[in-house]
Amino acid sequence: MIRLLILLPIVAAVATLLTPSPKGRRHLLVGTAGLHLLLTAGAWLMPLPTFAADAWLGLDHAGRFFLGISSCLFFAVAITVGPYLEQNRTGRQREADTGSIFVNASPAVFCACLLGFLATMTLVAASRHLGVLWVAIEATTLVTAPLIYFHRQPRSLEATWKYLLVCSVGIALALIGNFLLVVASAADDITAGSLVVSDLVARRALMQGPWLKAAFVFLLVGYGTKMGLVPMHTWLPDAHSEAPSPVSALLSGALLNCAFLGILRAHSICVAAGLGDFSGGILIFFGVLSMLIAAAFIVGQTDFKRLLAYSSIEHMGLLALGAGLGGAATYGALLHALNHSLVKAALFLCASSFLAVYRTKLIPRIHGAIRVLPVSGWLWLFGFLAIAGSPPFGTFVGEFIILRTAFVGNHVWAGCLALLALTIAFIGLARAFISMALGPAPANLKPVREEPQQFWPPLALLSLALLLGLWIPARLHGVLAAAATLLKGGVP
Amino acid sequence: MTSGIDSLLILLILLNLILLGASRLHNAVRMVAAQGFVLGALPLLMQSGGAWKAALLLGIGSALLKGIVFPALLFRAMREIQVRREIEPLVGYASSLLIGVGVLVVCMVWGARLPFPWPVPSSLVVPVGLFTAWTGLFLIMARRKAITQVLGFIVLENSIFLLGLLLTDAMPLLVELGVLLDIFVAVFVMGIMVFHINREFDHINVDQLSALREDAS
Amino acid sequence: MRLAGWLHPILALLLSPLLPGVINRVKAFFAGRQGPPLLQPYYDLIKLLQKGAVYSGTTTWVFRAGPVVNLAVLSLVLLILPLGRVPSAVAFPGDLILLAYLLVLGRFFTVLAALDTGSSFEGMGASRELQFAVFAEPALLVGLGALARWTNASSLSGMFADLSPAFWGDSLPLLVLLACAFLVLYLTENCRIPVDDPTTHLELTMIHEVMVLDHGAVDFGFIQWAAAMKLWVLGILLVGLVLPGASGWWGLDALAGVVGLLGVAVLTGVIESIMARLRLLRVPQLLVGASVASALALLLTFR
Repeated sequence: MIRLLILLPIVAAVATLLTPSPKGRRHLLVGTAGLHLLLTAGAWLMPLPTFAADAWLGLDHAGRFFLGISSCLFFAVAITVGPYLEQNRTGRQREADTGSIFVNASPAVFCACLLGFLATMTLVAASRHLGVLWVAIEATTLVTAPLIYFHRQPRSLEATWKYLLVCSVGIALALIGNFLLVVASAADDITAGSLVVSDLVARRALMQGPWLKAAFVFLLVGYGTKMGLVPMHTWLPDAHSEAPSPVSALLSGALLNCAFLGILRAHSICVAAGLGDFSGGILIFFGVLSMLIAAAFIVGQTDFKRLLAYSSIEHMGLLALGAGLGGAATYGALLHALNHSLVKAALFLCASSFLAVYRTKLIPRIHGAIRVLPVSGWLWLFGFLAIAGSPPFGTFVGEFIILRTAFVGNHVWAGCLALLALTIAFIGLARAFISMALGPAPANLKPVREEPQQFWPPLALLSLALLLGLWIPARLHGVLAAAATLLKGGVP
Repeated sequence: MTSGIDSLLILLILLNLILLGASRLHNAVRMVAAQGFVLGALPLLMQSGGAWKAALLLGIGSALLKGIVFPALLFRAMREIQVRREIEPLVGYASSLLIGVGVLVVCMVWGARLPFPWPVPSSLVVPVGLFTAWTGLFLIMARRKAITQVLGFIVLENSIFLLGLLLTDAMPLLVELGVLLDIFVAVFVMGIMVFHINREFDHINVDQLSALREDAS
Repeated sequence: MRLAGWLHPILALLLSPLLPGVINRVKAFFAGRQGPPLLQPYYDLIKLLQKGAVYSGTTTWVFRAGPVVNLAVLSLVLLILPLGRVPSAVAFPGDLILLAYLLVLGRFFTVLAALDTGSSFEGMGASRELQFAVFAEPALLVGLGALARWTNASSLSGMFADLSPAFWGDSLPLLVLLACAFLVLYLTENCRIPVDDPTTHLELTMIHEVMVLDHGAVDFGFIQWAAAMKLWVLGILLVGLVLPGASGWWGLDALAGVVGLLGVAVLTGVIESIMARLRLLRVPQLLVGASVASALALLLTFR
């Protein structure tokens, strides 16, 4: 099953490269995404198999959860890729804000890289061996670089270079962390070293303290670079804003979660070995720092895709805070990861429509979106409420659980700083989003009829987020609780 | 200080220090190639008894890749772009050397604090590995040319290779091969990017890639 | 044994002018020339010591004292430096610091004498000399410190007495690092290529030669002699690292030391012939490199 999940997109990617017709590529992309989603749903419905002790691949509860998010998002995005590629053909284009001329890369490579992205994200979710996890995350970096560089212009080149360099450095540091983890796990005998997560969690007291601490620090810095924690976040605003909007949706919604999964696994090993306070403390520190810095940059931002990127950093900080606090906050963090992915992807897909119609990325130049693009405009407005964390959307529930755990536990300061950051971000987001959505439409733009393929996916995603704010299905709750217990170092 | 391993590790330290002070890009690439050869010789000296075939494969593969293929790629890139020297780095060469010595001291102290639970071929491996990693990071952060940043990345991967050699008995050789493959692909992709950067901007001064700063729009 | 040490300064004063002669002869050989006679520095010295001097009205006693102090200091240093494996006359713990400070004293007076003339050329030379000295100090002190730690001795004689190829046997990297550091130090302090060209006649490119432009006759003779003595003094540090162990016969050891010094002179001649001079901006980098080599040697002795 897992092999099928991973091989299917790879085969489809190769097939896409060989398919000459755009329609054929589009169908292949959507078909593969749909099939992948069905298989993932099947994995959710099946009971969890017992894994061999040294199995390298396997979908445990946490893996299933994150795979579900990625698959769902990919399906939604795949539907919008067709119209997007039609609007962005190869051939010379003019960038609206700077007036420079650029070309686009080949759509076949674009689709193939997207499918490769799906395959590598599946591998991340399905890996139980930290070495395989590392390889998968490195592969995501390499596969998404061409995606970011789709519009061949200086700004996206700069963004791609920073992305490649910073993320590769981070991944290299994570590999050092893996090596230190092997040393930590081998008590007296080097051959007893292991990188299988369940194995390491089971060893608990046998892990060597100093080595484990050093390993966690390296893993956190390494995977934290990929997740977008401050101060390793410098690539994120550039990459997420210069990439094509469907790609940005996937990067913000799915890829950051993959890196988060890596950090969660490392944290679970530390908690099991008794170093939970140490690793939790560091996570809380980075989380709060990310929230504050991101909030500072949200206020006064003039590019709306960059705004969304900084909002992603802020939410990632919140996730790190939740993971570090432990207890009920882990459940809250996982729930918030799900909701944030849904909302952020919806927002980026709306941003795609905005860019196509208004032809600019600057916030001051966009007004009256609800008049020009009725569906996307209203989605944008509701999306603002969702991303700022207000009820009745699902993001509120996750944030509430995390903050409550902070205040009830000993981390009152962390809770206060997080609230401050959320408030500042709310102010910044409100100014930007409301000025874009409301107000008179620009004189030269008539209301645009939107294609169903372009507005149904964001509508569906946002509705799902609203639904989750009101009611969590029992099945989902079960998976979340089991994943949370697993990630806190316990056995579900 | 009894074995060839120690001498090779000290040679690695010297190569790192020379890299910190090198301003001519051709010399810097040659130093990284020399590092590749030294690291290719290490698996052969460090393996214990049975696995010499695998060690030979690893050593030769690594030496070929890092000593010949990567420098060839980089020299070709430099010829196309016609760049010869690093110009006015962010941290001066003499300062880089002095900071490097300071960091070396810190790495030696830190290495002494992480005792190995089982016997290792040389007590210098962990400090030298950490120092090489720091050198790679420093080259990425403190230099302006994109080629030097790629060199810094290769040096960082060299340090990972070195630290991985400690664990050859525990983890299968697959990991080392994986690391080699990874760096090959990464350098290849980066080489392509350097071409693109030069084509778009007519230079490869990455500190001038600042259009996406906060106040730029 | 100690008696042999007292002979060291006398031997050095007598034989040191041979060293510049050897260097010049080697350079001439490389250039395909006949070159000056081997004993030319002796002839120059005798000639200079017999001349009368003319002193400028703007100079003071410092100007006259400079060359004398320099020569005196270098002779004094030889009382604590061993010649090869022959122990020195005086040895006490920490005398390597005295070595460093005596060299600094000599340099200090040379620089003062240069500044005393009030000429801008000498001032320029003085500032360059001091700048390079600042970078070269760590190389000397840290290198000697590493050697002291490695041999577990605290006096120069003690340090150099035990060294032999067998002693170095398994710590070859340490020897290479120290030898490189001391070689760079030797070339710097004696103003040889690649740091400074002793045969240049352009004042703006000089470092050491320009400081002594206004000295003449006996003073100049002392300066030439002191330059030769400095070649001897710094050569001893280098030679002491690589000579074979003590043989027990002090005569043989002294001879080995002298032969070693002549070998270093030949090496200097070769280096001067095959290399070009470094740009002035590069010299601090070279010196920092030598200091780093010394520091690395010291770090390695801590393992």
